[in-house]
Amino acid sequence: MLRFVVRRLLLLVPILVGLSILVFLWIRALPASPAVSLLGERATPETIRQIERQYGLDKPVYIQYLRYVENVAKGDLGTTIRTRRPVTDELRERFPATIELTIAALLFATLLGIPLGFIAAKRYGTWVDHSSLVLSLLGISIPVFFLAILLKYVFAVQLGLLPTVGRISVLIDLEHPTNFYLLDALIAGDLAAFWDVIKHLILPAIALGSIPLAVTARITRAAVLDVQNEDYVRTARAKGLSPRVVDERHIFRNALLPITTIIGLQTGLLLSGAVLTETVFAFPGMGTWLVEAIRQRDFPVLQGGILFVSLVFVLVNLLVDISYALINPRIRVS
Amino acid sequence: MRRMSMRILLLLATAVFVVGAAGCGGGDDEGDAGGKTGGTLVYAGASDPVVIDGALVSDGESIRVITQIFETLINLKPGTTELVPGLATEWEVSPDALTYTFALREGVTFHDGTDFNAAAVCFNFDRWYNFKGPLQSPSASYYYSAFFGGFKKNESEDLSDPLYKSCEARNATTAVITLTRPSASLLGALVQQAFSIASPDALKKYDADAGSLDPDTGFKPSGTFGTEHPIGTGPFEFVSWTREDRIVLKRYEDYWGEKAKLDQLIIRPIADNAARLQALQADEIQGYDLVEPQDIPTIEGTDNLKILSRPAFNVAYVTINQAKKPMDNLKVRQAVAYGLDREAVVNNFYGGRGVVAKEMMPPEVEGYADSVTEYAYDPEKAKALLKEAGLTLPVQIEFWYPSDVSRPYMPNPKNNFEAFAASLNKSGFKVTPKTAPWDPDYLGRVDEGNAGDLNLIGWTGDFADADNFIGTFFQDFSPQFGFRNPKLFKLLDDAEIEADRQKRIDMYKEANQLIMEQLPAVPYAHTKPALAFRKDVEGFVPSPTTNELFNTVSIGG
Repeated sequence: MLRFVVRRLLLLVPILVGLSILVFLWIRALPASPAVSLLGERATPETIRQIERQYGLDKPVYIQYLRYVENVAKGDLGTTIRTRRPVTDELRERFPATIELTIAALLFATLLGIPLGFIAAKRYGTWVDHSSLVLSLLGISIPVFFLAILLKYVFAVQLGLLPTVGRISVLIDLEHPTNFYLLDALIAGDLAAFWDVIKHLILPAIALGSIPLAVTARITRAAVLDVQNEDYVRTARAKGLSPRVVDERHIFRNALLPITTIIGLQTGLLLSGAVLTETVFAFPGMGTWLVEAIRQRDFPVLQGGILFVSLVFVLVNLLVDISYALINPRIRVS
Repeated sequence: MRRMSMRILLLLATAVFVVGAAGCGGGDDEGDAGGKTGGTLVYAGASDPVVIDGALVSDGESIRVITQIFETLINLKPGTTELVPGLATEWEVSPDALTYTFALREGVTFHDGTDFNAAAVCFNFDRWYNFKGPLQSPSASYYYSAFFGGFKKNESEDLSDPLYKSCEARNATTAVITLTRPSASLLGALVQQAFSIASPDALKKYDADAGSLDPDTGFKPSGTFGTEHPIGTGPFEFVSWTREDRIVLKRYEDYWGEKAKLDQLIIRPIADNAARLQALQADEIQGYDLVEPQDIPTIEGTDNLKILSRPAFNVAYVTINQAKKPMDNLKVRQAVAYGLDREAVVNNFYGGRGVVAKEMMPPEVEGYADSVTEYAYDPEKAKALLKEAGLTLPVQIEFWYPSDVSRPYMPNPKNNFEAFAASLNKSGFKVTPKTAPWDPDYLGRVDEGNAGDLNLIGWTGDFADADNFIGTFFQDFSPQFGFRNPKLFKLLDDAEIEADRQKRIDMYKEANQLIMEQLPAVPYAHTKPALAFRKDVEGFVPSPTTNELFNTVSIGG
């Protein structure tokens, strides 16, 4: 097990080096430079030249890359072009926002999706099964931004129950030692703020969680259907085990394997940021950060951000693989 | 020798002797302008500011916050482009337009309790003039170098010789600014937030200009002036800034002028238009700007919301790139002008908020000519002109428009483009459509002259001076327009430094006539951008230059 983990971690090195080169070349192949974006209609060829020199963009790409690697090795991801702040500072603000939103969306997707899929499988072919199919098709096919606007219209504009934008009400004062707002509220012992942050998470989590919910429900249903026809389930039933024990210990546990895989993949994706949801809810996470950076050619943000997101993605996948071993003893042996 | 120093004059019209009278209204007492005192207003901008230091930014979101905290020597009368006293109560310009003497307002204090005086003014001017390294970059001090040309020691050959020479604090209330060459647009330029007067103590104490320059990652500011301690003399003082969440300002109780009615002003970033609208509907914010034309009926149809308009201070135009044949032929450019159905575009796509432009600057700016050559839509005339030019019809042209963008002067570029392409196709042209994402691809192409024969673009003014419009476009060769017209270049050069106001106006009028004869571009729209507010928000006076002050604003009254 340990060797497996170490080997996987070592594999990270070539992956990250390769990725960094690709990202570096890709963003420099984009037309136009950050200078134009900074000045808009006011850019002139002279000002563009001056800004490019300032950021060393007039030097050969390989030199720019070597300098970059040198800085990264020192833990310095550079300074953003637009806000002139260290990329790591912005990352420290953006990533916690994305983690909170991801966890909220996953809770919504799995707490609802797994039971839904399980029940659908147990009631295979009945109206319960069919309606769960319709529901999950809806979840996949409805555009996220449309769902978001609809949710906001109903729950915020009409009913006035939930907020439409941001992570916390602007009238609440809260220190942000961790930038995980829920944690910050707990540290401050401010329950009103805690509840306010939760309220700000509900609609984005539903909007963002709708697709993972549908996927989880479908996969759970398929996996349960698969497993409950296995010989060992029949044996367990024949032994006279109660239906509950069979469901819990024999069917569910074995069905968990594909479910874990799919949740793991979804987590990796969600952690790299949800552009549409974040935009519509003015939620300052990784997604809007990176998309803005592409639009503005904010090279340092793109380099640092994409590298970080890939690292997270690879690590989450590693965790999924490790969790396989915990769920299924057979994998532990091999 | 004329010794009399002219009490000028330039651009200031009524401004000359208003002295402290401007806005010394009733302050705290309720109801002097109808609104009540107290409360919090939450206003949404499109993005977070960069830094709250006027000298180091050029983006509108930073400037909005800076406007509340800092003040400039000269102000614009709210809602107009007329110059009125700000931190300076009067000013004199020497006849050679080299020396500007400012009489300063007394009894003004910075938010840190220090006094505002001539030494503070000179400290700020000298600070800008002495900018080094990355602070000279247009990404920081664009407005300074756009006006003053260069710095004490220019570090880039793309900068020009500095216009600024020195600032002398003759006594506590008199500051004298000397230029290296005459300029007549200084007063007009000084209303910009780039020339905000900050507390010298705070600038020093919080290291406003400190930072290191890494050749690869650019400038890393290390001071906290612009992020945690922006200190000026304005009606609001800074409380806190949580990135990507909110900036909180509160009333400055010792403000010299009309004290803010609001207890607090909170400005938060919401990038998405639909999200801003819904946040207003849900009362999470009580106002925002850059309202999309298609949202206006919704807002006007909602009982507790309202729409306000900014006066037109922009121009949308079609670039004609004369570096591309046959656009170097005047007849062909005239055919383009006759072939663009500008009226149809303005009537159909501007939601009643646009007027057809006749010149390359809005009528509010001095120097707007009373009559210029006009080009009403006339496809037959266009075809005839093309034939006169010896061309076979249809004439192939490449026409660019931007995608993914809505500008105040161009709410939906694609609509404009399609209407124009159709009318040009009826006028003897054959249009090849081309498009690119606005930022930065499209802007870059337009700038480098790589956006076809024709392209859609526009401009919003920074301050009310013809130089800021036609001077910016046509004073020198630029790849965007691809022409050299020595007569026009010289006329604009001379007008920029002409100290006699009437002569200067006449020169700009002549330039506008020449431009509309020569057609380096075809202007087609001036628009009035919309703002949305909760109905009980009162006292907000929309400004053509978008720099509104919130001290007169009240809520819930």
